[in-house]
Amino acid sequence: MSSERWFGDDSGPMVRLYALTRGRARPNGEFLDVIALIGASTLPEHDLTLSPEQAAILDLCRTTVFSVAEIASRVNLPLNVLRVLLADLAEDGHIRVTHPTLPGRLPDDQILREVLDGLRAL
Amino acid sequence: MDSVRSDLRQAGMQSFVALKILIAGGFGAGKTTMVGAVSEIQPLRTEEYLTEAGRGVDNPDGVERKTTTTVAIDFGRITFDDRMALYLFGTPGQDRFWFFWDDIAQGALGAVVIADTRRLEDCFPAVDYFERREMPFVVAVNCFDGSRRYRIDQVSAALDLDPGTPVVLCDARDRTSAKQVLITLVERVRQEKRQASAAVSR
Ligand SMILES: Nc1nc2c(ncn2[C@@H]2O[C@H](COP(=O)(O)OP(=O)(O)OP(=O)(O)O)[C@@H](O)[C@H]2O)c(=O)[nH]1
Ligand SMILES: [Mg+2]
Repeated sequence: MSSERWFGDDSGPMVRLYALTRGRARPNGEFLDVIALIGASTLPEHDLTLSPEQAAILDLCRTTVFSVAEIASRVNLPLNVLRVLLADLAEDGHIRVTHPTLPGRLPDDQILREVLDGLRAL
Repeated sequence: MDSVRSDLRQAGMQSFVALKILIAGGFGAGKTTMVGAVSEIQPLRTEEYLTEAGRGVDNPDGVERKTTTTVAIDFGRITFDDRMALYLFGTPGQDRFWFFWDDIAQGALGAVVIADTRRLEDCFPAVDYFERREMPFVVAVNCFDGSRRYRIDQVSAALDLDPGTPVVLCDARDRTSAKQVLITLVERVRQEKRQASAAVSR
């Protein structure tokens, strides 16, 4: 299979995205949930070796934490590509990752009651 | 969960609870509309590129090909206070995307399956998926104008649902209606939890 065929005719963005992740489809390190929260621990202007996309991520998460899904949408990167970039940023100490407290198979009833109260109050 | 807890403590956010709900259903069933009706932010759209191995059969040269497909995921958020947020993910319903669903479904509280009565069979794959994963879900029958009305028990029978799975009528455009669907889902999760703990203590 040739790479031309893989990328097809409208291959521009795909080639660019795979170049960004240096061809990796899966990130290094642990699984990053779509609702994990990301905050920047460094400023993009302090590291000129960052790619524009990485700098954009740090810029976005400068003062507010954002979920992975929200970052993907705001910096306009596919989720799977973003996951790879975030893993690299985490490895180099540029971001803090807060993994979500996900409910187990049986979430705490207290939490569920709070969710219900919250929904009813909307 | 211990490693998660210690990470959170380090981040000073140990009490923040993030919950996920999936909004599934067939093409045009109203997923994006429902996410938008209850989200506090303008629904966001993210994409995922998928690489699929070609079937081979329809390739005249018989060479295996890979094609890339883009899957759009809607994303909405409801924050209750600074300690808890509900994230909504509208996800496409075709069953060839299931392997990618696992990515988002992991750890989810539950799911809403939107049924469009003009094409009820479109939500079979989603119903199947959540039943297999034993994830609590509700079926929300989106009442499009001019579509034939079914009774709830008819929908339930047509989808061959477990007796406990709630079916509710809704208008995905209406905030109160969409909110009621989510409330029904969370009540269902509570009920399943009570049943499971009763089974354990028996
Ligand atoms: N009458 C009526 N129209 C609806 C309702 N919900 C959605 N629609 C309309 O139906 C169309 C499809 O709704 P979407 O929310 O885009 O459906 P979807 O499931 O996100 O569709 P895809 O992402 O394309 O699969 C839109 O034009 C909506 O305005 C409803 O409850 N009643
Ligand atoms: Mg949609």
